[in-house]
Amino acid sequence: MNDGQEICSGATSILESLPEKRKELEDYMDGLPLGNDPEKNRGFLIESLHKAQGIFGYLPEEVQLLVARKLKLHLSEVFGVISFYSYFTIVPKGRYKINVCTGTACFVKGADGIVGEFKRFLNIEMGETTSDMKFSLGGLRCVGACSLAPVVLVNDKVYGNVTPKQVPDILVECK
Amino acid sequence: MISSAEKLEEYEKGLAGRIPSSLRTEILVSMGTCGIAAGTTPILEELKKEVSEQKLDDSVKIVQVGCMGLCHSEPTIEVVDKESGQRIIFGNVIASQAKSIVAKSVRTAGVQAVARTWYCPEDEEMNPDAIQARIVLRNCGRIDPEEIDEYIMRSGYQAAAKVLASMKPLDVIKIITESGLKGRGGGGFPTGRKWKFAADQKSDEKYVVCNADEGDPGAFMDRAVLEGDPHSVLEAMIIAGFAVGSHEGVIYIRAEYPLAVKRLHLAIAQAKEKGLLGKNLFGSGFDFNIELKYGAGAFVCGEETALIHSVEGKRGEPSFKPPFPAVSGLWKKPTVVNNVETYANVCAIIRNGAAWFKKIGTENSPGTKVFSLTGKINKVGLIEVPIGTSLRDIIFKLGDGIKGGRKFKAVQTGGPSGGCITEASLDTPIDYNTLIALGSMMGSGGMIVMDEDDCMVNVAKFFLDFTLDESCGRCTPCRIGNKRLHEMLKEITDGNGTHETLTKLRKLSDNIKDTALCGLGQTSPNPVLSTIKNFEGEYLAHIDHRKCPAKVCAKLLSYLINDNCVGCTLCAKNCPVTCISGEKRQKHLIDQKKCIKCGVCYEACKFHAIDKD
Repeated sequence: MNDGQEICSGATSILESLPEKRKELEDYMDGLPLGNDPEKNRGFLIESLHKAQGIFGYLPEEVQLLVARKLKLHLSEVFGVISFYSYFTIVPKGRYKINVCTGTACFVKGADGIVGEFKRFLNIEMGETTSDMKFSLGGLRCVGACSLAPVVLVNDKVYGNVTPKQVPDILVECK
Repeated sequence: MISSAEKLEEYEKGLAGRIPSSLRTEILVSMGTCGIAAGTTPILEELKKEVSEQKLDDSVKIVQVGCMGLCHSEPTIEVVDKESGQRIIFGNVIASQAKSIVAKSVRTAGVQAVARTWYCPEDEEMNPDAIQARIVLRNCGRIDPEEIDEYIMRSGYQAAAKVLASMKPLDVIKIITESGLKGRGGGGFPTGRKWKFAADQKSDEKYVVCNADEGDPGAFMDRAVLEGDPHSVLEAMIIAGFAVGSHEGVIYIRAEYPLAVKRLHLAIAQAKEKGLLGKNLFGSGFDFNIELKYGAGAFVCGEETALIHSVEGKRGEPSFKPPFPAVSGLWKKPTVVNNVETYANVCAIIRNGAAWFKKIGTENSPGTKVFSLTGKINKVGLIEVPIGTSLRDIIFKLGDGIKGGRKFKAVQTGGPSGGCITEASLDTPIDYNTLIALGSMMGSGGMIVMDEDDCMVNVAKFFLDFTLDESCGRCTPCRIGNKRLHEMLKEITDGNGTHETLTKLRKLSDNIKDTALCGLGQTSPNPVLSTIKNFEGEYLAHIDHRKCPAKVCAKLLSYLINDNCVGCTLCAKNCPVTCISGEKRQKHLIDQKKCIKCGVCYEACKFHAIDKD
């Protein structure tokens, strides 16, 4: 039913250039107890997207289409779900994902000022990535480390009790 | 396989018999997300190394446990002396102190002991100094959450065994109803009634759902339970399944909680292996399975109809009620949705009876409530108090007052849906009704303390910022109304607000409350209304005098150098826009036109020579 959906040719195909990753995703999805009823298959959509984003780092259109076909859903339905949830991204992120906690405890302890400093140093807005693909800047809902507020996460590393002054040091540590 | 209630008893006795008689000391290391972030992993390794080097494996046992709730003193370690039963908690431990902790010579190493401010009503004597009573958190920080045997040794799965072996579904519902347990996720709907509705439905399939999508910023109660005591939730879901006639459980959990996800997976696998999940539980013929479903970062999915849509793989938009999920929920079948903390109460109620539970808390709202106490407070942490405890006891006794000796200003409960409570109401015993009367709500349990340095207009703007980001966009009042509210608040914090802005804020807030589709929109104006009600003067200072009394709103601030300036040039060196001029050893000057009000000079100055005005 989705055969009419093709991606504009011309751009390099991510799935073709990364056959191992493609296979990893296909193997995972083939292992799901899917049937012919798209309504029941849909229950596996969010976990499939989690898996796909874990493999590829983001969800390009080709990957969305692969997921849609396996679940017998329409591409637009898959995209609708991706755009709804903030965890999913359709653009690649930088090597260092800087996330400033925007929970209330961090807010009252000055997370705003830290975000401002990161913006100023990296010259990007929240949700953006630097042109050299090194840094992405984002907000993060409470990570539950409120005693260390304000908290900054760089990939999985937690920095606690951060002050605006430490922002350049944190960036220097990302080599 | 544990195939009957008797077998469970036998198994538990067997476990107790396996504890070596040579065991003298247990060292519990707090390994929740916050503990790990504060650095407990190297301490755990160091302790293990020390025990094996000293050949103490027979007498000292190292256990990784969940959160003890003492975030302010992480990394924390509890040392239990098996002979005397004495328990001592040490805080702010560093890896190099491991040796002295194992050798019990902690005094010389300068390790600080932390007071234990709680007792567990189920198995401990009441302690007159204890403000906290732990029912939900009774196992958190005491057992290894990755070992099902430790849970079983703490009466684990006995409630499920009792229910399946000797009770009828209606008896279970009767006990839960009589206990007066209310939903701990926010709304406070009586749990027993919810179960009764679902039980009354005739359907071939029913579902039991656990809402673990804890999205409230500044709240981490459910994370602590799932990381510290996952089996208590699984066991309660079995009981709920039996009571309503469901064989399928679903736990919907945030993807942002990787450790909780890992421990739940492990707990489910271990329960299956022991025959405590799956077919014919305790030989009763009752089957029950639990699967995990992941959220993907959408606050609105904490609303039960939105959550159900998300489990079905759809956009997590709420739908109109009725029909309630108890009638038509997941896959259009009758569904019970309760949150983590609600489930974590169930087993204790079944084990001890409704009358026991009603002795704790208030007549109207029995039991306890877990709060995550954060913000400008000396002792940040996770606490569980009987409902009816006053905010003053929580903030000034458990939280040890305001950080840096500053003055208390307000406490926000109920997160983005709640409101702020001021000094005047601190002695009110808090329960579901009193908080609503104060213009706030119980919510899921986030409690954020603010001091005189927090601008309440800015706080309201922060919560609206959150709501804007998280509104699903389905209904107009929430999608557009909250945007307008946010714009008006920004006008005020930028110094462009008028009295008319204030009137409009009030009116629009009321409209949104009356017309939004789900709980998110219906409560989103609460922070605005409650800050206007309690801090109107602050709004008026922004409007009439273009001043922010808390000196937070940057557009209304100016930085000025006073006579304390010794001309050290530190401020000028740090200024990102080079707007500070002056000779060495001369008083400096800030060019107000160029100043971007970043506050770097204020932070840099060592002579208190910069004033915010």
